Amino acid sequence: MRRLVRHKLFWPVATLLLLIAVSAAFNPSFLSIAWRDGHFYGNLVDILNRAAPLMIVSLGMTLVIAVRGLDISVGAVVAIAATVAALMIGGSFSASGDVASEHPLWLALGTALLVAAACGLWNGLLVVKAGMQPIVATLILMVAGRGIAQLLTGGQIITVYYTPFFTLGNGFLLGVPVALWLAAALWCGLHLLLSRTALGLFIRAIGGNPEAARVAGIRAASITLCVYTFCSLAAGIAGLIISSNVKSADANNAGQLLELDAILAVTLGGTALTGGRFTLAGTAVGALIIQTLTSMIYSIGVPPEVNLVVKAALVFAVMLLQSAEFRSLVSRAVRTGHKPA
Amino acid sequence: MNRRLLPLSITILLFAGMAAFGAIRYDGFLSPQVFLNLLIDHAFLCVVAVGMTFVILSGGIDLSVGAVIALTTMISAALLEAGWNPWASMALVLVLGSLFGAAQGYLIQRFALAPFIVTLAGMFLARGCCYLISTESIAIDNPTWSSIAQARIPVGLDASLTVGAVIALLVVLAGMRVAHASEFGRTVYAIGGGEASARLMGLPVATAKVGVYLLSGFCAALGGLVMTFYMLSGYSLHAVGLELDAIAAVVIGGTLLSGGVGYVAGTLFGVLILGIIQTLIAFDGTLSSWWTKIVVGALLLLFCLLQRLFEARSRKAA
Repeated sequence: MRRLVRHKLFWPVATLLLLIAVSAAFNPSFLSIAWRDGHFYGNLVDILNRAAPLMIVSLGMTLVIAVRGLDISVGAVVAIAATVAALMIGGSFSASGDVASEHPLWLALGTALLVAAACGLWNGLLVVKAGMQPIVATLILMVAGRGIAQLLTGGQIITVYYTPFFTLGNGFLLGVPVALWLAAALWCGLHLLLSRTALGLFIRAIGGNPEAARVAGIRAASITLCVYTFCSLAAGIAGLIISSNVKSADANNAGQLLELDAILAVTLGGTALTGGRFTLAGTAVGALIIQTLTSMIYSIGVPPEVNLVVKAALVFAVMLLQSAEFRSLVSRAVRTGHKPA
Repeated sequence: MNRRLLPLSITILLFAGMAAFGAIRYDGFLSPQVFLNLLIDHAFLCVVAVGMTFVILSGGIDLSVGAVIALTTMISAALLEAGWNPWASMALVLVLGSLFGAAQGYLIQRFALAPFIVTLAGMFLARGCCYLISTESIAIDNPTWSSIAQARIPVGLDASLTVGAVIALLVVLAGMRVAHASEFGRTVYAIGGGEASARLMGLPVATAKVGVYLLSGFCAALGGLVMTFYMLSGYSLHAVGLELDAIAAVVIGGTLLSGGVGYVAGTLFGVLILGIIQTLIAFDGTLSSWWTKIVVGALLLLFCLLQRLFEARSRKAA
């Protein structure tokens, strides 16, 4: 039992199960999963589907945080990737009913992801080569990036009419949402890459002590650069899913506040913000916690206004649980309260 | 010349350069009222940015200020609607803002939590509380409030300032005095320079760390009041993203985000530069508002690169 409690995934998973249990208590049909229209249907499937973009962004954020960084530009990158894809696929403002795409789908998606990766490379260069603090370096793109996306769209919402593009955010494969397949594939790929090669160890070493890692012969600079590029690439994928889901690209609002949710998901999952220790599984659970919380608040009929307050309370609670000072304070209080046996 | 003054002088030169550009390019730009409007339109940002300067000087960050501003506008509007005395409600929101900041500071200091996450949660909490009060905008029609909002203080040359702008200037002056001529200010600089050494020097590090967030919370509440004088309404979506504008103003004003280096006066010019960019774009008339974001991003980049350059050079000299 004690070993179970000590496991680093115990608290995140316990929080998630608690949230699901509360939802199920208020709404008995919450847990039911049905097969309808050739795919799974139910609240849980909906949560997984909606959590997928956040999960993808959070995976990238986990690695950035693991190397002692932070990327607050992911929301802007989501907007940029969504805009590029929507513009290339067929952002005509008139609904003529014709659904041919302007450029081939693969070219549009590829370009959007390439642009996203370039954004990450830019962030990485500012951090690694110019030696800027990660928050500032990514603040630049966060401020300017959304401006650039708005410049591309002329401040308008760009509607996409080309139906194959909608598969990404609305389609199902073997009854499971395509977005979830993407998130799962990314998670598995990343997990294999980090556990089967030395890369995971290198990232932990860089996060633990960048200088020591460099002296030990780890190419800290290039790995950090790759990590930032990957984070933006993940944000780009999320941007494609989000814009495909709503069948349009909104440069003003797409991915707004996503950076904060992603950092929150990473923290809730048990990754230390100080770098070095990270858990991909925890991050996935963290993203699910955030989405379950949102769905729960809607499904049990609490006004959505309360959502933010509950979220804040949750963050405060998780934050304190993670703090060594707080835990020692509590255990001291418990010890003085009850005489130890 | 003192090397530490170099970023500040570049900020001031840049402001002068932009003003000169505007004066040559556009008719009617070079009037005193245009420049005073920079301060009038961004008075709340200026007040908040001064508080943020202290937080950043101590090596921290405060993401909650925009939400605290919104909460302040909501609480004061709700109190006035309930028939409270205007002065009492002003005093109450200032106390609440300070307490909010101090609570965040306590969590950060006592439990060694990351300021980024604590103030992020504080931002959610304050915004959420706004929604709990009301999701609609609440208009303020209190006579005292309206008379403060409409008051113009003539400063000669046919130009005038609002009460909010005067408050902003007073806050900047007070901030300069506190930063450079008080024990608290010196402790804040020392914490930013190195917390462990500040503690070994026997400075009251714990008190000062809570103090900077208290000050930032107070400034945010005061900024919220200034905003209600400007908007005459309380709304949950006031000041969304203002924390980033405040951080940008502080950085453009020459303060290092790593802490320990910077001037409150620089922050005033940082705010004015953000203001003059918008004014230039408004005078031009053909450029769209998103150019503001792109230019602010480019300026941030320029300043951060310059700062890195100075740091590298002073390290070589040492």
